[in-house]
This record gives sequence, C-alpha cells and structure tokens, in this order.
Amino acid sequence: MADNRAEPRVSMRTPLSRVKGLGASGHGVEHWWLHRVTAVANIPLIISFVIIVAALAGRTYDEAIAIISHPLIAIILILAVISVTNHMRLGMQIVIEDYVHDKGPKIAAVIANNFYAVIIAVACLYAILKVSLGRILI
Amino acid sequence: MAQFSLPKNSRYTEGKSWPKPANSNHVQEFRIYRWNPDDGANPKIDTYYVDRDDCGPMVLDALLWIKNKVDPTLTFRRSCREGICGSCAMNIMGQNTLACTLGIDDCKTDSIKIYPLPHMPVLKDLVPDLTSFFAQHASIEPWLQTETPEPEKEWRQTPEERSKLDGLYECILCACCTTSCPSYWWNGDRFLGPAALLQAYRWLIDSRDENTGERLDNLHDPFRLYRCHTIMNCANTCPKGLNPAKAIAEIKKMMVARVV
Repeated sequence: MADNRAEPRVSMRTPLSRVKGLGASGHGVEHWWLHRVTAVANIPLIISFVIIVAALAGRTYDEAIAIISHPLIAIILILAVISVTNHMRLGMQIVIEDYVHDKGPKIAAVIANNFYAVIIAVACLYAILKVSLGRILI
Repeated sequence: MAQFSLPKNSRYTEGKSWPKPANSNHVQEFRIYRWNPDDGANPKIDTYYVDRDDCGPMVLDALLWIKNKVDPTLTFRRSCREGICGSCAMNIMGQNTLACTLGIDDCKTDSIKIYPLPHMPVLKDLVPDLTSFFAQHASIEPWLQTETPEPEKEWRQTPEERSKLDGLYECILCACCTTSCPSYWWNGDRFLGPAALLQAYRWLIDSRDENTGERLDNLHDPFRLYRCHTIMNCANTCPKGLNPAKAIAEIKKMMVARVV
C-alpha cells in the first residue's frame, strides 16, 4: 500500500502527489447517510424503549414476559437494537478514523468495533426473541 | 494516534525581552513566537514593546514597527496590508486572523500574544509551511471546466446563478479556517480542509461548470470530505466572514442527492 503520508523530508514525491494519495475511494456517502437515517430512527425507537422498560418495572416475571411477547413491543425492541447498534458502529468508526492513525492499530480497532457491534446486536436480538417466542416454541 | 501535545523540540521557552521605547507613555506589549531553523534551539516567546504614538492602528503595523525599529530578524509574511492577499494570517490572541485587519485596540489586552497558524510546520517565526495547503487547493482543480465549445463571448449565467457564488468567491486562501480545524489537525494529510472544500463548492455550484459529477467523484471519500464534523471553527475564525462549514454541508447534500 502506497503511503500518502510520506514524510516530506524523506520522500521526493511532489506535494500534489502526496495530497492526491491513493485517490478518492468513492465511498463515504452511504456511511454518512445511514448514520443520519439511524439517528432519526433512534428518536422514536429509544423513546419507545424507555417507555417499555419503565412499564416492566415492578412487574412479576410472567407479566414481564407477557409484555415482551406482545408482537408490537417485540418488533419495536428488535428495531431499536438494529438501529442503535448500527448507529453506534458507524459513529465509533468515525472516532477511530479521526484519532487512530497507525495502520495496524487502526485496522484492529475498526475490526474490533464491527465485531463488538455485531455481538451486542445478536445477543440483544437473541434475548428478545427467546423471551418473546419462548412460550410458543416450547 | 493523533498528537495532543507538542513534540519535545516544539515546546517553547521564555525568550528575550526587548527594551521599551524611550520617552513614551503609550506602550503596548507584544509576546511573539520566535523560532529559527538554523540555531537548533526550541521556540521562544520574545517580548516587545511598541510605541503606540509612533505606530499605525493594526497588529500588522505593530509587527512592521518592531521589524523596522527593534528587531529586523522578526520574520512574517505580509503584502497588501488590507485583507485581500491573505499573507499575514497568524494566530493572534488565540484566534487565527489577518494581522492587517485586526486593530491593536480590538485585542483589548495588556499583552498581545502572536503565534504562527496552528499545527503547521513552521519555516521561521510566524511563517508556516503552506505547501500542502496549496497542493490541496490545486487538487480540487479550481478553474472552469467545460466540454461545450467556448462561446464567442463570455460563458453566460443569470444574476441568480451568479449570486450563488457570493460568500464563496471572496475566499482569499489565507488558511485561517483550515488551520483552526481540529479534524484538519488530526487528518490534514487526507482531509482537504475547509478552505479547499469551500473552493471546491465554489466550482460545484458554478452554473457554467460542466464537470460537477467528476468534481463530486473527486471528493467522494471518507477522508477528503467526510472528516468535517461541523465543528464550525472555520466559520468562527474566517477573517472575511465566510462560512466554509455551510459550503461543506452543501457538498454533503449534493452527495446524498446523487444516491437518494
């Protein structure tokens, strides 16, 4: 991989060559747009999530399962998990790209960020599905 | 990682205090960053005293007064002394601005502190190395690009189309905005920075230009364009009162318009 951050004192590349680097990647708008879409989606989904969690407070175990088993509530929870974890993954990647510049740590951090978001998402989805579908599947 | 503290050889120490002008009771103190590439020493902050009764009203007048009457080795760029060339951009009282358009009285302080533009390699004293900054400007191809055969007279545009260039064409490329941008500090090698992106938008929105799509292709990159996080330092510091952040937001909207 060509290093477009070559130190001027040890490289004879022209300044324009250094600035152009490897060229425009042709990516970025999807990342930016999805970040905005998930931000908008998070507003109603997180409000609903908070209301649902508040509604669970003080309930018995069976009542709580009954609430989460309601199709509408389960679907809202699933959507909230998908939207929030995607938003988290996109935002964290921006932070990593801003501040981590060394190639190795940067790639490791981006991979770890993706793994983390997927693991959190799948664990949450599994829990919601197990609770809400548990009685049907048994 | 991004560098949050100055490297060892960039940390400054107390420098020389130059004599006060004799027989003057209207004196202004200046604390000015000095660095000489030839002596191998760390940067120093020198203290100068300017006789306000013998000096013009602007910070640049004071720098010239110092250079003429106190210390001819003080190095800085200047040319037009009226805010149109962008040469005397520097960091005065913590804000990037033009020394020629900032009044000494407007600094409202006993001691005016002057540093070079932040986070750029320093060539000497208040002179930063802007090579990369201008290469970034060149990379956006800041000239009219057309395929239609050139008309006999000028390329025409309506007054409304022309008015879209207002707030963009006034940019003098002083680099105040770009060097005030934290995103540019951390990723200046790949992020084009507010000045180059404002110039890019100036050509994207020009009704006469026929290469809008290619220009957008050239910016479509997570680093070239999308390092802008709307921090707004660029708009706050622009000595010409322009708003590069808005121009960048308009470019992002154009990017979305291509896919949605």
